[in-house]
Amino acid sequence: MKLTIERTALLRSLAHVQSVVERRNTIPILSNVLVEAKGDRLSLTATDMDLAIVEQTAASVVSPGAATVPAHTMYDIVRKLPDGAEVQMELATDGAQVALKAGRSRFTLATLPKEDFPATAASDLPHRFPLSAVDLRGLIDRTKFAISTEETRYYLNGIYLHAFSAGKQMALRAVATDGHRLARVEMPLPEGAENIPGVIVPRKMVNEIRKLIEEVDGMVEVSLSDSRIRFAFNDIVLTSKLIDGSFPDYQRVIPTGNDKILEVDRRSFRDAVDRVSTISSEKSRAVKLSLRPSVATLSATSAENGTAVEELEVKYDGAPLDIGFNSKYLLDVADQIDGDGLQLVLADSVAPTLVRDLADAMSLYVLMPMRV
Amino acid sequence: MNEASDGTTTAGFCRDCGGLLPVIAQEDRAKRCPDCRSPRVLYHPEIHDLQIGHIDCDAFYAAIEKRDDPSLRDKPLIIGGGHRGVVSTCCYIARMSGVRSAMPMFKARKLCPEATVMPPNMAKYRTVGLQVREMMQHLTPLVEPLSIDEAFLDLSGTTQLHRRSPAQSLADLAKRIEQEIGITVSIGLSYNKFLAKIASDLDKPRGFSVIGRHEARAFLAQKPVTLIWGIGKVGAEQLAKDGITMIGQLQEMEMPALAKRYGQMGLRLYYLARGEDERSVDIDAPTKSISAETTFDEDIADFAVLTHELWPLCEKVSARLKAAGLAGQVVHLKLKTAGFRTVSRQVSLPAPTCLAETLYRAGRQLLERESNGTWYRLIGIGTGNFHPLSDADPLDLADPEADRRRKLEAAMDAVRAKLGKDSILKGRSLARAKPTGSGNKDPGSKAPGSKAPDSKD
Repeated sequence: MKLTIERTALLRSLAHVQSVVERRNTIPILSNVLVEAKGDRLSLTATDMDLAIVEQTAASVVSPGAATVPAHTMYDIVRKLPDGAEVQMELATDGAQVALKAGRSRFTLATLPKEDFPATAASDLPHRFPLSAVDLRGLIDRTKFAISTEETRYYLNGIYLHAFSAGKQMALRAVATDGHRLARVEMPLPEGAENIPGVIVPRKMVNEIRKLIEEVDGMVEVSLSDSRIRFAFNDIVLTSKLIDGSFPDYQRVIPTGNDKILEVDRRSFRDAVDRVSTISSEKSRAVKLSLRPSVATLSATSAENGTAVEELEVKYDGAPLDIGFNSKYLLDVADQIDGDGLQLVLADSVAPTLVRDLADAMSLYVLMPMRV
Repeated sequence: MNEASDGTTTAGFCRDCGGLLPVIAQEDRAKRCPDCRSPRVLYHPEIHDLQIGHIDCDAFYAAIEKRDDPSLRDKPLIIGGGHRGVVSTCCYIARMSGVRSAMPMFKARKLCPEATVMPPNMAKYRTVGLQVREMMQHLTPLVEPLSIDEAFLDLSGTTQLHRRSPAQSLADLAKRIEQEIGITVSIGLSYNKFLAKIASDLDKPRGFSVIGRHEARAFLAQKPVTLIWGIGKVGAEQLAKDGITMIGQLQEMEMPALAKRYGQMGLRLYYLARGEDERSVDIDAPTKSISAETTFDEDIADFAVLTHELWPLCEKVSARLKAAGLAGQVVHLKLKTAGFRTVSRQVSLPAPTCLAETLYRAGRQLLERESNGTWYRLIGIGTGNFHPLSDADPLDLADPEADRRRKLEAAMDAVRAKLGKDSILKGRSLARAKPTGSGNKDPGSKAPGSKAPDSKD
């Protein structure tokens, strides 16, 4: 294998694939990236056994071939090379080393047998539908914060993606919860997604795909089976195992009978919560909301720190109500809301509370109150 | 103060009438109290200077049963479970035949076939234990319970209050426990917890032993290292490898050498061997865990049968949590194999719980992983990392059924409070567990919440 490639192109692709490689690996080959030269393309593959990424980029291939080299080392080298450099890669004839040359710098990297590199499942996934990168960002951004990190309930460690039908309306829904808060976002069901199974996309996949589509504005092709999901766009294919478990019946915890409606300017609400929570104890982070007609009083007390009170002008005409929330959860939810208006729909001080974005009917959040 | 330190004079009092005895030369000690003629006179040069007491009830469970049924009084009595269980407590008559607590039941029966065997009545013992504790708390607020039937008491500064030295107060307490509750206790008195606890064990039953500063070091020198708190079988073996079996040997060693060799344990050895223990009597030493376990009549390997044994234990732990106003966030499962190897597994719950059902689900999940054909002789479940009951079992957005389970259990508890413990039971306490195979769990069974294995890819 011998090829030359522009440093910028190589660096961009390497940055993408090396991010999948875990810093600590018990299986040495998983620290490596598989480099394959063929035609006029260089293909880079990395995997952690659950998640695999393949990215292709243009290169001038002198002689085709493949090798595996340590991913983070190669990334660090290319990162430090001068801008605009041409990088030459060549596999030694005995296959034990890859030589990397750029200008006056020379590196040799130890390889591991490419045959040992785990094969990425090339199998065809039965369901396939297109999704715009904008929509995918929307689904992820508004649910990701609620993904649980609790290991015992592993089936909460991802986003539950499924097709939902209410009457004639079909929607693609993303749901995440950690038991304390829940986020549900939907969008019109893309064509081809009618019969997809409900799947739980693991957090690492969610994070990786989100990073990769940051600046993409085209379409992403989504493919699915019961056990795998794949995102393909531009020259990147990201495939991940799904979480094998059943997501809780979240519809049952979304309150329907709450009757007290509070509307408040999102920005001022968020900032007030942030200010008042400065006093909340590090452990509970509790903030109390006292609702009276047209006024909400936010307060926090802590034995060590003191007290904080702030009054907010709101739209509220329900019965007086005192309710406590974890301030971090309130901030997280407020941060998801794009519009100016935030709506809380409450029942009493112990029941789940609905949070809505007045400018976006497609997203909905549920928060559990806490005792204050 | 008396001239104790030169060892030539001593002070004392009568444990029965409480009368002070004059400070006299060691060799002139009276054998009986000059006032009431009781032989239970207690002399020690430092008797009125020591503040830390350890009270331990004598053969606690057995003593209570004998109190409640005088016909048992002069017979050997063993409290313990089934013939596969172990001895919880045995009375002193049974001990004469060689019966000891924690001894397997079959062995105890062999040693003392004429013994009366009773299953423990924990609720009753707990009530009595609390009565004793209340009496201790009248003496000093600084009471640190170690278990239901023993506690440390720090009596510093109570001499003025009770117009009696700590030693006299303790002796008086022991007398009143005998009169008012009807059981006996043994008392250890010293200047720290380590020695007080050792002392209470020296003169059981109905004893009162004193270890003073003056003789502590010499006293300890003659004792095996296993007397030191925290040195169990493993620690003793480690020390024995280095040729250390007696505390006296530790007293010869320097701190750096001990610390280098045994780390943290070495430091403790250094101080305790010299009779130094800085731990204070800590009233806030709260309950750290609540657990229940059972030993089977015959070893069990079957998952379904094991879970059947697990459920009543969960109910027991749950009842105690609810009674104590606690909710645990960590669930421990304990198993003992037929070969006496102990297996402990634990899991942290998303939120603290007091529910039998939640303990059971967590315990069953832990058990499933250990249920691989191994034969077990004991199962136990416990919980720790306590929170107040008000934080228990909050609504959980990820578990829509949780609230229904909580309400169901609350309803069952309400019925039980009214009609008795066994008035309402879950089906699983009745169903005869059906073995799922020849000692193996069903290989097809999966954890709840899992779906069909992937087949498409």
